[in-house]
Amino acid sequence: MVEQVEVLTGNAAAAYGVKLSRAQVIAAYPITPQTTLVERIAEFIAKGELKAEYIKVESEHSALAACIGASLGGARAFTATSAQGLLLMQEMLFWAGYGRTPVVMAVVTRAIAPPWNMWSEHTDALAQRDTGWIQIFCHNNQEVLDTIIQAYKISEDKRVMLPVMVCFDGFEISHTAENVLVPEQSDVDSFLPPYNNDLIDVEKPKLLWNGVYPEDAFKFRFIFYEAAQRSLSVVEEVHYDFYSRFGRRYGAIEIYGECEPKVFLVAMGSVASSAKAAVDVLNREGYPVGLIRIRLFRPFPTFELQRAVEGAEALVILDRSLSFTRGILSTEVAGALYNAKWRPKIFEYIVGLGGAVVSHKSLVEAVKHLLARVDEKPKGVVWLKSEG
Amino acid sequence: MVTINELTDDEFLLKGNSACAGCGATMAIRWVLKILGKDTVLVMPAGCVSVFQGMFPASAFGVPVVDSSFGAQSSFAAGLIAAYKIKGRRLKVVTLAGDGGTADIGLHAVSAAAERGDDVLYICYDNEAYMNTGVQRSSLTPYGAKTGTDPKGKLEWKKNLPLIMAAHNVTYVATASVGYPFDLMRKVKKAASLSGFRYIHILTPCPPGWGFSENLTAELGRLAVRCGIFPLFEVEGGKLTLHKVGSRIPVRKYLELQKRFEDLTEDQIQYIQKRVDEDLRYLEIIEKVTSEVKRDG
Repeated sequence: MVEQVEVLTGNAAAAYGVKLSRAQVIAAYPITPQTTLVERIAEFIAKGELKAEYIKVESEHSALAACIGASLGGARAFTATSAQGLLLMQEMLFWAGYGRTPVVMAVVTRAIAPPWNMWSEHTDALAQRDTGWIQIFCHNNQEVLDTIIQAYKISEDKRVMLPVMVCFDGFEISHTAENVLVPEQSDVDSFLPPYNNDLIDVEKPKLLWNGVYPEDAFKFRFIFYEAAQRSLSVVEEVHYDFYSRFGRRYGAIEIYGECEPKVFLVAMGSVASSAKAAVDVLNREGYPVGLIRIRLFRPFPTFELQRAVEGAEALVILDRSLSFTRGILSTEVAGALYNAKWRPKIFEYIVGLGGAVVSHKSLVEAVKHLLARVDEKPKGVVWLKSEG
Repeated sequence: MVTINELTDDEFLLKGNSACAGCGATMAIRWVLKILGKDTVLVMPAGCVSVFQGMFPASAFGVPVVDSSFGAQSSFAAGLIAAYKIKGRRLKVVTLAGDGGTADIGLHAVSAAAERGDDVLYICYDNEAYMNTGVQRSSLTPYGAKTGTDPKGKLEWKKNLPLIMAAHNVTYVATASVGYPFDLMRKVKKAASLSGFRYIHILTPCPPGWGFSENLTAELGRLAVRCGIFPLFEVEGGKLTLHKVGSRIPVRKYLELQKRFEDLTEDQIQYIQKRVDEDLRYLEIIEKVTSEVKRDG
């Protein structure tokens, strides 16, 4: 297996992932910071490097609607959006989720207006956690490329048939260039077979998605629930398959730094990258700190998280999202640990909303400050300001 | 031209569906599908048809149907068309939506599909209000008509959607009425023979919504055309052609058969007559101006 090293932004890495996955129908509407991603795909198509139909839609609602239609017609479909666009899509998000259409979407996370703000925040993606999509958060450009390819494999698995959001931070990832290993097309082809699930048969005409009575509706929801449950182990299988072919290991969660520390930071996306740098500093100075990076948010890896935190005294959750009075990641983590045998204290931090910088220095300071008071009772949500 | 001898005996809108007695939409759809035949897939948003098509697992259709969310039909269809294009599959993709789904909640997506020139036949069945939710006004409800949300009668003039679609420079636009089934079928046949975005706007009178006796659906469809309130025309290659149907009758003859117009004042009836005359004159001018247009492809 040969891989080419390219210097790519996160958006370009995503576009390469789409090209290598041989997506056949792209439907997208421009929104900052997603634009360079869909422009790159349009360029691939124009140059003949990707054989796909690009539907220039008039809104994000239509972008996803078109992807759903394409998926029904047996084509591999892709779209990408951010913030307001994702919110406009919400009706279609549920349609794709409950409709079991294996669409893959890049969500370049961005703060929601008002006030207008185009920098990163995770509230846009996390507010869609109930729409029936698998959600994966990436923390660097290599992961973005790899995850797009994995996403199709997970999504199109007959046991799953659910759409996947590949989420990564606007600008911090989307517009920041890094070295990225670009796999060979033939290697991706052998990992990801073509998609051919055309559901429409004129010889056996059926209605798709027409009205159902309550008892049938309940059954359909249970079928969806079973697929959602199964998706957790399929994600693991795909991670392993990917690792065995490409040598890069991904998991539902990633543990970094000390494995059995006193305190775990918990973070997603580019916040986790800053947290890794903070853990490096803290470990060098002898502080017993590790990081749990949540990569898979839907389905939430409850049992893996429960196992990972065993023995830790406290979790410091770095939430780049807000649900009224708490961070969304915090409520999710707290919920996952409620029935666990080992329940560390949870210290909740709100960080980096609206693109505010989350520097590793500020995290180092915050953790040192907390370690001195870790025996005290958590005093509610702390807003962590960062000075560059 | 379409004659009764060449119509297939096959039915693609089946008996026993739960449409209201005298439903104009069922008449239109039955004829449309007889022309299009079985290699057709319907993409359909919420609306009367999505209700009377049947509840899972039943189906009133002899062709496959994809139900879309309300207003998303054109974009679902765009995706399906793109998939078929890249997969090399040949199926007629037809969007079938009511006046609300087309002129109101779906207009952005319909307009986008028209502007892109999607290879689709769009059928709008216009019963002039949100009927399956119990008669609320749409932008295609005519002036003066009472609905659940305009209990004193609508104060605004009906949006001229067929001309709006024609302004997109699409392959084909036509209006049709269930009062003239062979004209309707001729237009469907013609549209089916073309490619690109094709739009047929069909007036489908609605007995419960408009308040008339179930045996008068076809008659209302004819009177609407004859009084000029729903003119029949085609736009192809930039040329508009008006169809004259017999001698004109006063709009009063059409309005007085419908309960939704029962509270109209004499002044309002005069106003409607005047506006209808003006609108017809406007179409005649367009017909004249565009008669010399030459456009390739």
